[in-house]
Amino acid sequence: MEFAELIKTPRVDGVVLHRPFMPTVEGTLCLTGHHLILSSRQDNTEELWLLHSNIDSIEKRFVGCLGSIIVKCKDLRVIQLDIPGMEECLNIASSIEALSTLDSISLMYPFFYRPMFEVIDDGWNSFLPEDAFKDLESMTDEWRLSEVNKDFSVCPSYAPLVAVPKGIDDDTLRKVATFRHGGRFPVLSYYHKKNGMVMMRAGQPLTGTNGRRCKEDEKLINATLRPGKRGYIIDTRTINVAQQAKARGGGFESEANYPQWRRIHKAIERSNVLQDSLIKLVEACNDQSHNMDRWLSKLEASNWQTHVKEILTTACLAAQCIDREGASVLVHGTEGADSTLQVTSLAQIILDPACRTIRGFQGLIEREWLQAGHPFQQRCAQSAYSNSKPRQEAPVFLLFLDCVWQILRQFPCSFEFNENFLVQLFEHAYASQFGTFMGNSAAERAKLSLPEKTVSLWSWVNRPQELERLSNPLYEANSLVIWPSVAPQSLLLWEGVFLRWNRSSKCLDEAYEEMVHIIEYNKELQNKVNSLRRQLAQLETEDPLLQTP
Amino acid sequence: MPVSQVSLLFARTGSLYVLHIRMSLHTTSKQLVEQVRLLDRFSNKSTNGTLYLTATHLIFVESGSNNSAAILHHHIASVEKLSLTTTGCPLVIQCRNFRVVHFVVQRERDCHDIYSSLLRLLRPVSYEELYAFSYNPKQNDQQREEGWQLIDLGAEFERMGVPCDQWQLTDVNRDYKVCETYPRDLYVPITASKPIIVGSSKFRSKGRFPVLTYFYQEKKAAVCRCSQPLSGFSARCLEDESMLQAISKANHNSRFVYVMDTRPKLNALANRAAGKGYENEDNYSNIHFQFVGIENIHVMRASLQKLLEVIGTRSLTMSDYLMGLESSGWLRHIKAIVDAAIFLTKAVTGEGASVLVHCSDGWDRTAQVCSLGALLMDPYYRTIKGFMVLIEKDWISFGHKFADRCDQLDGDPKEVSPVFTQFLECVWQVTEQFPQAFEFSEWFLLQIHEHVHSCQYGNFLGNNERQREDLQLRERTHSLWAFLMSEKENYMNPVYSPAYAESHPVLEPSTLPYHFKFWRNMYHQFDRSMHPRQSILKTILTLRENSRKTENTLHALENVSAHTTHTHTHTCSYREEATESTDTERTVEGSSGTESRKQSYGELEGTYNSELAKSEPAVVSLEFGVARMTC
Repeated sequence: MEFAELIKTPRVDGVVLHRPFMPTVEGTLCLTGHHLILSSRQDNTEELWLLHSNIDSIEKRFVGCLGSIIVKCKDLRVIQLDIPGMEECLNIASSIEALSTLDSISLMYPFFYRPMFEVIDDGWNSFLPEDAFKDLESMTDEWRLSEVNKDFSVCPSYAPLVAVPKGIDDDTLRKVATFRHGGRFPVLSYYHKKNGMVMMRAGQPLTGTNGRRCKEDEKLINATLRPGKRGYIIDTRTINVAQQAKARGGGFESEANYPQWRRIHKAIERSNVLQDSLIKLVEACNDQSHNMDRWLSKLEASNWQTHVKEILTTACLAAQCIDREGASVLVHGTEGADSTLQVTSLAQIILDPACRTIRGFQGLIEREWLQAGHPFQQRCAQSAYSNSKPRQEAPVFLLFLDCVWQILRQFPCSFEFNENFLVQLFEHAYASQFGTFMGNSAAERAKLSLPEKTVSLWSWVNRPQELERLSNPLYEANSLVIWPSVAPQSLLLWEGVFLRWNRSSKCLDEAYEEMVHIIEYNKELQNKVNSLRRQLAQLETEDPLLQTP
Repeated sequence: MPVSQVSLLFARTGSLYVLHIRMSLHTTSKQLVEQVRLLDRFSNKSTNGTLYLTATHLIFVESGSNNSAAILHHHIASVEKLSLTTTGCPLVIQCRNFRVVHFVVQRERDCHDIYSSLLRLLRPVSYEELYAFSYNPKQNDQQREEGWQLIDLGAEFERMGVPCDQWQLTDVNRDYKVCETYPRDLYVPITASKPIIVGSSKFRSKGRFPVLTYFYQEKKAAVCRCSQPLSGFSARCLEDESMLQAISKANHNSRFVYVMDTRPKLNALANRAAGKGYENEDNYSNIHFQFVGIENIHVMRASLQKLLEVIGTRSLTMSDYLMGLESSGWLRHIKAIVDAAIFLTKAVTGEGASVLVHCSDGWDRTAQVCSLGALLMDPYYRTIKGFMVLIEKDWISFGHKFADRCDQLDGDPKEVSPVFTQFLECVWQVTEQFPQAFEFSEWFLLQIHEHVHSCQYGNFLGNNERQREDLQLRERTHSLWAFLMSEKENYMNPVYSPAYAESHPVLEPSTLPYHFKFWRNMYHQFDRSMHPRQSILKTILTLRENSRKTENTLHALENVSAHTTHTHTHTCSYREEATESTDTERTVEGSSGTESRKQSYGELEGTYNSELAKSEPAVVSLEFGVARMTC
């Protein structure tokens, strides 16, 4: 199929673009295979380049022969295009609709995108499991890197290489995989250097109604315990949901078969509930009513902040088990690819200062989300404005980013990156020119040959000019565990995402600039002082008169 | 513990009243109760220590540590003795600065002693019992006088351009004869003769006739204030009508005057039955009458009560928090005040019209709206000094009843209302939208709030100027403004931009509901576990201070360097001096409040030995007295 077939009217003149808090722009609208472009063809006027894949839904309105298309984007922006001519408007609308909902993954923009920058540090090779394992090896020899999944046959959603306890051979792993949802046998997620405790993650055990057990599974997770120690299993589902899962072949670890483990159930909501929550929240944020009660009740009814609190609380609990109780932890929900990853990745941000650096955070996303098999393609296919029937969409990753932002707000000097980085990750997870978030698992990405055919987001991010934009000027490495407050009064609405297009950020941006200026001025002064000191010291040594006899 | 040791403990807190505590520990009969537990409000954490009761403070000193908490008696709103438990007798103290402390005293007798002493102490019956009359910051009389001269309202009206060809100073209230709750110096239109003023004042509640409070020089538009007219259902007063006419005529830019009744229409209607009410547009030529619907002091008191109940709940869920926030109505009320101020600002700066603002008595809602409006219109009021002037003018001099509203003496609980707190919150909400427009930071607002209730300084004592003169406050107490000015550096907003003020003289905040946020740093100022563990404001202030020092170092080094190259002088002494200031001090409180974490994340209780959950030593000790400074 050619894009040309879908583009009925490639360009229209005299189109007016309306965006909140920005002046309107009149210009020529062009449609290409991947972009909607509006250009005034005047110097100094910003053009609009919008990826079709960023479009969540469109609405058409007609007043006489003037048509308007309201474009609602996955990054939550809403823009309006006034298009003269009924036919043009209809053509443009149907083209956008077709182009923004292309089913074939091979037609996606990352396969066509050619970087206009020099790739210094290829992101596809920056975070290989074998490199991460080398770090682990320097701390402990109790783990090994298994190739049991090298052809993705044992667990289709895992990476080819996974870290498992040294004493557990590949045959055991294969058996355990048959006992865990989606073949997701317990693997290492995090090693806490301070006390040698670990966090593992897995899919739910397939105990079913008759309480099936798997000795190999018990052996595997017990192998992570020190003699005489007990561990915690954090099940991200309520006990009721976990009970009900038995009827569908799932279940949870029973006390009888796992006597060395204490199970804790938490209540992190699942996909459709979360998607619904996102839709309600965005609707509340876009409500232009001046009624305070209406806003607060809509915010409450969306339940978004409740999800944030639940997820953070569970992550804190996992971190607390490891750091305070000195116990190892196994985290799972049902599949072990959504709420499980939220918990394991957030716990690492709390525990491990390395995850709070720009590079470390990229590594965390690679390990705990991409290689761990979070189905990005499915989860991020639609955002808050989509009219189509939701399939497997859920803002699982966005919630994770929101939680990171909450911790960042509470420890504003402990992260090397700033809010921009989190917003950028949200945007790219939903629509991107880069291949990083394509596909649903390592297996799919391998099949699509993404490293060969697309550019990695990290290649873009890890360039000096971009790093500067994403850096937190207040950062000062903090080697401590950082415990966020999870009281409702401490958790805020993430305005940088949810109110981003509904408020003018000019004042806030300027204030931020001023803050950066103060910090830079301070650095500059310090450097001057230091260099003068050096000069003086030099003078002293050179000058015989100043030397003590 | 010997008294001298206690004094030492306090010396490090750096609080201003340390000296006084030390004195009172020595001189007054004091009570001391050992083995008292202080429970954390939101967790199961507790600390053991000793409780001291002095003439002015209740002090808790943690045993085996330097931590202490000093509570000024005037800050205590209520003391409650709960029923005896197995561990002791609980005593819950609620403070007006939103601190809530929960002690458990081992012996019931001790608890009762403290309780009854506090009850006696926190209900002063005469002004002379208030702290301000005994507080002595070791200043001489001249310094004290200078402190009181810091704010000069005459100069402030001059700054606005008054008196001028249309507005004059009247001496009609020289002896507080016309209106005893107004100041002596009042500004009225040139054409308002004494008979008109006196006649108008007789037709207004409490004699509070229309006077000038702010003059917008650019358009010669005036903001005037008064109380409600005694119109009942049909009464009218020609002098009052002439008064409004005079206000209208003083402004050539507009043919009419807005009359803003800040009450809900229903309340104003109800007042008619009592012979009060609102202006009838038929009787007054050229007025545009407008209700803006801010609720009365009783509704506001109940709203804050509800809010505090909600946020004081342990293990509060997100849903209950948001629903409680909504049902308390608090943010709705805050928004109503900001909305009214914006209406006022637009009328004056946009249309160039004069506005007369009133409510019932014209000292609560009227003060809120006039002062907030002026703050939006005039960048001067967004500076530290200007904000003091604004409070002095619209609140203190025009007779906001601080004594009654803040419950300074044992009075009518129905008169207590957080009207001034609301004003401070409205200002905070605006600062959140315009981070560069204000010279002061949130800490300034919090500190003012603290001292409005502390009764440590004379400024807010009493209900009006006349009362203050009778009390001879200027002779017998100290001024808060001088103290705040001496600590100005602490209250600076590091990103304040005077250039911004110049390019944006008038602020136009958005009033979409999501711009109004819960002010955690006010209502949870003593609940440290709720706050960010690192403060951007503090970090930036420290950096700025550091830059200032480094500039000096650099200067010194440059001198030395120039000198050395020429004359080979020894440089060691300079270098020593210059090494000091380059390290930036930062607080990282990565593991503070560890035990409360355990509680809030739940789930782990009773699983393993509690010794497994040993907490790390907190990196930064709890500085109760200055908690708000670090939040």
